[in-house]
Amino acid sequence: MRALNRKLLRDLYAMKGQAFAIALVIASGVAVFVMSITTLNALRQTRADFYKQYFFADVFLSLKRAPEGLRLRIKEIPGVDMVETRVAAAVNLTIKDYSGPVTGQLFSVPDIGKPLLNKLYLRQGRMIEAGRDDEVIVSEAFARSHGFMPGSKLSAVINGRRKNLTIVGIGLSPEHVYQIAPGSLFPDFERYGILWMGRKPLGTAYNMEGAFNNVTLTLSPGAQIEDVIERLDKLIEPYGGLGAYGRKDQLSNRYLYEEFRQLANTATIFPIIFLGVAAFLLNLVVSRLINMQRGQIAALKAFGYNNYAVGLHYLKLIILIILLGVAGGVLSGVWFGRGLSEMYMDYYRFPFLRYEFQPGVAAIAALISIAAGITGALYSVQRGVRIPPAEAMRPEPPATYRETWIEHIGLKRIMSQPSRMIIRHIERKPVKAFLSTIGIAFACAIMIVGCFFQEAIDFMVDVHFRLSQREDLAVTFVEPASKRALFELQSLPGVEYGEAFRSVPVRLRYQHRTYRTAIMGVKPGGDLQRLLNSRLKPFDPPREGILLTDYLGDILGVRVGDKLSVEVLEGNRPVRMVSVAGMVSQCIGVSAYMNIEALNNLMREGNAISGVYLAADPDYHPEILSRLNEMPRIAGIVERRNAVKNFYETISEQLIVYTSFMAMFAATIAFGVVYNSARIALSERSRELASMRVLGLTRGEISYILLGELAVLTLAAIPLGCLIGYILCAYFVDQLQTDLYRIPLIIESGTYALAATVVLVSATISGSIVRRRLDRLDLIAVLKTRE
Amino acid sequence: MSEDKKRASNQALQGNEAVFCVKGLTKVYDMGEVKVHALRGIDLDLFQGELVVLLGASGSGKSTLLNILGGLDTATEGCVVYKDCDLTRANDSTLTQYRRYHIGFVFQFYNLIPSLTARENVAIVTEIARNPMKPEEALSLVGLDDRMDHFPAQLSGGEQQRVAIARAIAKNPEVLLCDEPTGSLDSMTGIVVLEALEKINRDLGTTTIVITHNAPIADMADRVICLADGLIADVRSNAHKKPACEIKW
Ligand SMILES: Nc1ncnc2c1ncn2[C@@H]1O[C@H](COP(=O)(O)OP(=O)(O)OP(=O)(O)O)[C@@H](O)[C@H]1O
Ligand SMILES: [Mg+2]
Repeated sequence: MRALNRKLLRDLYAMKGQAFAIALVIASGVAVFVMSITTLNALRQTRADFYKQYFFADVFLSLKRAPEGLRLRIKEIPGVDMVETRVAAAVNLTIKDYSGPVTGQLFSVPDIGKPLLNKLYLRQGRMIEAGRDDEVIVSEAFARSHGFMPGSKLSAVINGRRKNLTIVGIGLSPEHVYQIAPGSLFPDFERYGILWMGRKPLGTAYNMEGAFNNVTLTLSPGAQIEDVIERLDKLIEPYGGLGAYGRKDQLSNRYLYEEFRQLANTATIFPIIFLGVAAFLLNLVVSRLINMQRGQIAALKAFGYNNYAVGLHYLKLIILIILLGVAGGVLSGVWFGRGLSEMYMDYYRFPFLRYEFQPGVAAIAALISIAAGITGALYSVQRGVRIPPAEAMRPEPPATYRETWIEHIGLKRIMSQPSRMIIRHIERKPVKAFLSTIGIAFACAIMIVGCFFQEAIDFMVDVHFRLSQREDLAVTFVEPASKRALFELQSLPGVEYGEAFRSVPVRLRYQHRTYRTAIMGVKPGGDLQRLLNSRLKPFDPPREGILLTDYLGDILGVRVGDKLSVEVLEGNRPVRMVSVAGMVSQCIGVSAYMNIEALNNLMREGNAISGVYLAADPDYHPEILSRLNEMPRIAGIVERRNAVKNFYETISEQLIVYTSFMAMFAATIAFGVVYNSARIALSERSRELASMRVLGLTRGEISYILLGELAVLTLAAIPLGCLIGYILCAYFVDQLQTDLYRIPLIIESGTYALAATVVLVSATISGSIVRRRLDRLDLIAVLKTRE
Repeated sequence: MSEDKKRASNQALQGNEAVFCVKGLTKVYDMGEVKVHALRGIDLDLFQGELVVLLGASGSGKSTLLNILGGLDTATEGCVVYKDCDLTRANDSTLTQYRRYHIGFVFQFYNLIPSLTARENVAIVTEIARNPMKPEEALSLVGLDDRMDHFPAQLSGGEQQRVAIARAIAKNPEVLLCDEPTGSLDSMTGIVVLEALEKINRDLGTTTIVITHNAPIADMADRVICLADGLIADVRSNAHKKPACEIKW
């Protein structure tokens, strides 16, 4: 082996602790990158494959009733490829030994053969036997949460009559990957299920023989979806069509899309920040390392090694360390990525997972790391080789220290000589000190980003459920009802108070932007549902005009005073212009609000209500729920306790798991950075410190000089890190806004404290390692050789 | 020694071509507030195969001169020509080539690579030379046969210095520049080192320049140049070179 390569390996071995810490920092950045990107790609690939292989429809439409013959007319619409008609119905379900209210959505499947579109993936069991009216297939999430197997039984109230059903299969459909009940905010696999039944028996039960009330279709290549929807709506209008919509507005797909978008944001922003921080640190460490080898660079040059050879030598060293880190990062990234993808699988219902190692992703991570390391190295190597060797080789001239301004202003008297040495050293190399501080501050900042989500989510849930949606139970009717329904529910045992609401499905349009949502008619002076202003203070809806969730206002690009077009999607579907009266601060869900009377007026109807919010004694909940379950006209019941629990178990959990991975890697980076700063300081100054020992300073005194500097830099880094952390969090919060929820920018002091603690603990551990090394400082060896 | 002989020997040398031709060489270190004039206008020719000893007080500019001759440093003014090559106008890669193939260096502060053993410290130079000795051969010339696998930190100051000398002579350079090669050595070991230099100078005709503070060493030189305050104060030729083994200090 060439002597130069041997020097490389020896140098690497001599700095193994430091090399390991650098590799750790890179590994963390790379791991986060690989984990996030591969998971995202896997989910996207899985979704694409599932949609394609199981013929996810392009356009969806519900209607009252149309004869089957209309199918051919639909098929003739230009741009339509395949059409499937179905019968769909909402059902109330009863499950033995389960007390809560369970609702479901029934879809028909052809009596013979398989569905044309939105095909079922059968996880277990079989399709329905032709003609059987007591067999159903249930969705996997629902089946799992109740422990259903093929052969399990449940009963359903189908068109007013109770019917016992046998589960023959457990399936998954591209239409219900994200399985969420209409009107609820979060998935609840226990209380909402999708069921499939034979077309004939279901048609018979709902008087849909030779007719349908639901249609899905795919488009032929190149077709314009807007045109198709327009023609379809016109065709179906006489049959009570509820407005066709594309995948964009299909509930499961839309939530999936939103969540993937959010995931894509986290999965790119986090790794970029992490890799960026890792790269910055690498750059810092490498340039200081090479700076320390100035003399050796000069000697090599003096022997006739050219700049290229010298540069290559140091680049090899850096690349070796980086590759070590990249290898560790890729391995752990793939490992965590697989785990994370499997967790997501549990949450989104895909029949299969397409997770695979993507060499391209690993290569990008490696390239970014190497590029960062090399730029750091190149700059320093260049600086190293530019100095004439004669100059670089002389022992460094005694540094020019000056009295610092801190001493000038008279603090001199209260400072010991070693303390003065600390501040003089910092002041003499302010850039270096600043960069070290920035490095530690960034480590602190990414800790904050990794940790703040938990508390911000708690805050968000608290605001939403304690200040705004304060009901214990929300009951929605199948059809608008009269005020009487409110009194009926209020009289249930244990109910303390009730408040009616009206909810009207609409499409809001402003200029070219549209949004499908519901207008909630709210009672002024209500106690259960309250609208919050930007300072989270409750206020009453004005007599006229519409209020929008602030986020919806941004989506539509409207301001207070603008006029919106409201296209009602039920009844005889009027279109009206309404002016925007204000914005509502709301971090979960997206809605529009009106005074309930104004909404009734807009609908040209009397005192119609869509549902009731109830405050009820928790002890009575089971009884109330079972009474509600008996009532025929109830479409859905949401229990707040349950909603909160669901939120934490589903949406928040996946974010928290992801961010706690982040926090773990952030802590690793924090340690790597602090440790490296300490070690570099040690090697840069060991000669000087050894000389001081020789002059009679004690171990304690030289430790104080070195570690005191580290302490000063670390302490300065913490507030700076908190500031950077806050900025990063603000950026994240902005990027992670979705229709589902918006995390508020709330960073609790506990988060800052945790980040500071991790940095301080890292500093303490690094300090004690350095202290041990200082105690073992070989005075003779240090003085005998240069460097 | 008679005048004739002296002249004769000078003429013999002058008959040789000049390896280095130095004209009006000045070196100013700009330290911001003060300017240090290390060299103030040196005119000097050095000839093929000559052994020159540079004397002078500390700070008189000896190392500076040597570094410029070796292509390690740049001149402020004046010119230095090595054979046909103007070092003061040469670019970085020419200087690198020059150092690599023509110059052997012994640094005042040794500058061994701490992570390499004695043998490897020599190898790092021989590996890129055109016509080198074996590292072991060079090390045994300076009496370090039994220290080849020691790291610099495990060697005494004098031993480190000898490794540095072995490193310089191992590539059989055309010019050998030695900055206080015996500074840390006792006279016994010093003489071993000087004998090695003498042998190389004699056998290979290597032009050799030695800086020293030990005036007696000057007796082994063909010429002795004294620097004072950045100027040449005196040049004298030795008609009779004393063999290294007869020198004592
Ligand atoms: N890099 C430098 N920056 C500033 N001044 C320098 C530098 N190198 C040398 N000098 C100054 O130039 C002058 C000549 O230095 P040089 O090293 O050539 O002396 P020297 O004759 O070799 O002395 P010694 O015998 O002590 O080694 C000295 O005054 C020295 O302080
Ligand atoms: Mg000198």
